Amino acid sequence: MKLLGWVYLALGYAFVFLPVVVLVVFSFQDGRLPVPPFQGFSLQWYEKILSDSGLMTALWHSALVAFISSGLALLMGFLAAHALARVRLPGSVLMRGLLIAPMTVSYLIIALGLLTTFNQTGVKLSLITAGIGHVVINLPLCFAIAFAAMGDHQKNAERAARDLGASEVQVLWHISAPMLAPALAAAFFLSVTFSWDEFIIAFLLTRFEVTLPVEIWSMLRSGLSPATNAVGSLVFLVSISMVFLLEIFLFRRVK
Amino acid sequence: MTANVSIQSVTQTYGAALALDHVSLEIAAGEFVVLLGPSGCGKTTLLNLIGGFAEPVSGKILIGGKDMAGVGPSRRPTTTVFQDYALFPHMTLADNVGFGLRMRGVAKAERRAKAEEMLALVGLPGKADRRPHELSGGQRQRVALARALAVSPDVLLLDEPLGALDLKLRRAMQDELKAIQRRVGTTFVHVTHDQEEAMAIADRIVVMSAGKIADIGPPREVYLHPKSLFSAAFMGEINQIPVIQGQSPLGPVAQGTGTLLIRPEAIGLTGTLPLGPCRVEDAAFFGTYVRAHISPLAAPDLRLTVHLPQASSSAPGDILTLFATDHVILEA
Amino acid sequence: MSIASAERKLGWGLLAPALLWTAAFFVVPFLAMLALSFAHMEGRAIVSGFDPGNYIRAFTDWSQLKALINSVEITVTVTVISVVLAWPLAAIIAWQVPARFQRLALLMAVLPFWTSYVVRSYSWLLVLGKNGVINKALMGIGVISEPLALASTRTATVIGFVHFFVMLLTLTIYANLIQLSPNYARAAQDLGASRWATFVHVILPLTLPGVITGAFVTFVLCIGDYITPQILGGNTELTLPQLIMLQMGRSGNFPMASALSVVLMGVVTVAYAACSRWLRLDRL
Repeated sequence: MKLLGWVYLALGYAFVFLPVVVLVVFSFQDGRLPVPPFQGFSLQWYEKILSDSGLMTALWHSALVAFISSGLALLMGFLAAHALARVRLPGSVLMRGLLIAPMTVSYLIIALGLLTTFNQTGVKLSLITAGIGHVVINLPLCFAIAFAAMGDHQKNAERAARDLGASEVQVLWHISAPMLAPALAAAFFLSVTFSWDEFIIAFLLTRFEVTLPVEIWSMLRSGLSPATNAVGSLVFLVSISMVFLLEIFLFRRVK
Repeated sequence: MTANVSIQSVTQTYGAALALDHVSLEIAAGEFVVLLGPSGCGKTTLLNLIGGFAEPVSGKILIGGKDMAGVGPSRRPTTTVFQDYALFPHMTLADNVGFGLRMRGVAKAERRAKAEEMLALVGLPGKADRRPHELSGGQRQRVALARALAVSPDVLLLDEPLGALDLKLRRAMQDELKAIQRRVGTTFVHVTHDQEEAMAIADRIVVMSAGKIADIGPPREVYLHPKSLFSAAFMGEINQIPVIQGQSPLGPVAQGTGTLLIRPEAIGLTGTLPLGPCRVEDAAFFGTYVRAHISPLAAPDLRLTVHLPQASSSAPGDILTLFATDHVILEA
Repeated sequence: MSIASAERKLGWGLLAPALLWTAAFFVVPFLAMLALSFAHMEGRAIVSGFDPGNYIRAFTDWSQLKALINSVEITVTVTVISVVLAWPLAAIIAWQVPARFQRLALLMAVLPFWTSYVVRSYSWLLVLGKNGVINKALMGIGVISEPLALASTRTATVIGFVHFFVMLLTLTIYANLIQLSPNYARAAQDLGASRWATFVHVILPLTLPGVITGAFVTFVLCIGDYITPQILGGNTELTLPQLIMLQMGRSGNFPMASALSVVLMGVVTVAYAACSRWLRLDRL
């Protein structure tokens, strides 16, 4: 029974890692196709993509959109969560539902709705329009995480601060935000990774300036290439570095 | 329906930590035994070993004369009332209580009848179709008891079953638990860290400390004649006065070296052991008694806690001539 | 001004940005899309009005209806397979892996989450393609002589999806399992249940809320996804999102694309209603 468990676990890991390993291995392919046989080790594809200005611009765009849209989503989500957790407002259940609602709708539909609206109002598609879409998908996430993290413990500390003469802005800045720092950081970085990796909204809502997933998508159209493997491997490396850093510096401290 | 339990030199370890150190204990059939001690004393470990949730490193456990080595919990004549009750939230009370019978292949109608009977026994008649989340903590505790009793175990194990209840409810449940035990006649082994609870329900109390049995006996015996300093202090507040070669600060008391133990309520205006004139340092009204601290004039460094009668109106500075009863001397 | 109304004013002030944003960029676009779905095309021009023709077409025109059927079939298949594969994986991590390695084991099991979304499907193409790893390996050991047609099939789409959702479900089911008191299983065994009976009657039902929540999220993400079927399934059969993109891109038929999107939301709503009893979205 125990042995069976370990075997299953090993097979599970094998399945989960198979495509990643293939991706990374053939990014070093010394040949023109990222499929077997492996023809030798080469860094040529990394050199190629790192000197590809279109790709590097897209990468920069992605980072820009991800950080700015996540920052906005976090700010609005945190303030809204604070309001709903603290002040008794009429219809608060309904408002919570409204703020969460975009989470249950496919990105494709959100993108299509925004595209329709932008077309009808004559707004030109750009990184800004894509960023607006990303705030729409990340706002519910940031709101939900911040809202869930606000417990009674927090409310009492806020009440104490108010009692000691802190203004509402001072309470938010000196008490609420620091107490929620781990949750807020988690929400921010989760948003960044979602936005950074998002395809369909960025694809439909940008035109001339594109983000990295959209650029990769256009690379795919020209068929299999180790260059795509190299880009994928780099993105993977950056993402997992971020995950491990978060794990080490953020979640360790919370425990 | 009932069986004796024989624990023979049982040792259990967790990694390098010794949880039980050669513990031996005989529990008679139909007896209500309470394992009492602070957390980490090994009482829950012992209960788990009896229930079959773990196997001892060495030693034997016999239930009804049968060696339980290698017998899993599902095949032991024991059932457990868990601390968190572990009621199955997706089942009605009838299904919860009837679960054990279902596992034994009992037909549905019969299970239902037995479940209703058991729920009535624990004071929850007519609630068979409720679900656990609709109940209060005390009611859940009763259901857990009914579920464990429904399969007519020889030995019922209770792991701090009253721990999650508030004080008032706990006292009420103690009486009920004792009454139910008398009615069903099953051997009960009950774990708690509350000495009042232990005294209220136990036929015999087993005081445990650091993986060993520190004292054992009926409540009166353990309380009045503790066999160890640990059990003396654990059972309730007690004055400890050093005795060196028969001499205490109050005068000669006995041979040998050790500790003179006197409960606060055993000190009063009459008694067998004279303490001589004592100065009242402070006094506070506690409802059923007046709690005071006194210093015998003969030994002004000694500070004893006493419970004076409710009517006494002692004030700090008063001098009273006091005596002690039921004193115990533990030799070191 | 009373304290209560001052508080309320402040509350509205804090809520306003999020509410306005959601209204302007989620509610209004959705209503615009809904309105557009009742418009129709005349040549290449959109004529607004109240015309249910797009919806009628979505359910009567076989090429449109087929996409809906494909999507539902694929999504249900993927959800079922993913749950069945992920449950034991989560259970092994929760129960068999030593406690201090569990976090690491879990982190490792979901590590490929962090590959780029587009690239993840692409890398399955390298595995399943005509000259891919699997075909080369099988031909190498002589099991087959001709490459199997794995890519550009529904199977490939399903594998790509399952890969992603096994990771997601392992996380949600693990979270569910780890917070179950071990006393549930002990109580069942104590009352005479075998390992199997304990699993069927106690453990499985107790994890149902977590499983259903995970399955619902899988359903929503899977049925709305364009990338995976587009890269791995090719154009052999269309899913609903692919059809929506086609309507928009090739023919510029925004009204039809909108109507199909509304249909897609309808399917999700039906799924939500079907499992709302067990859903614990707040627990995610």
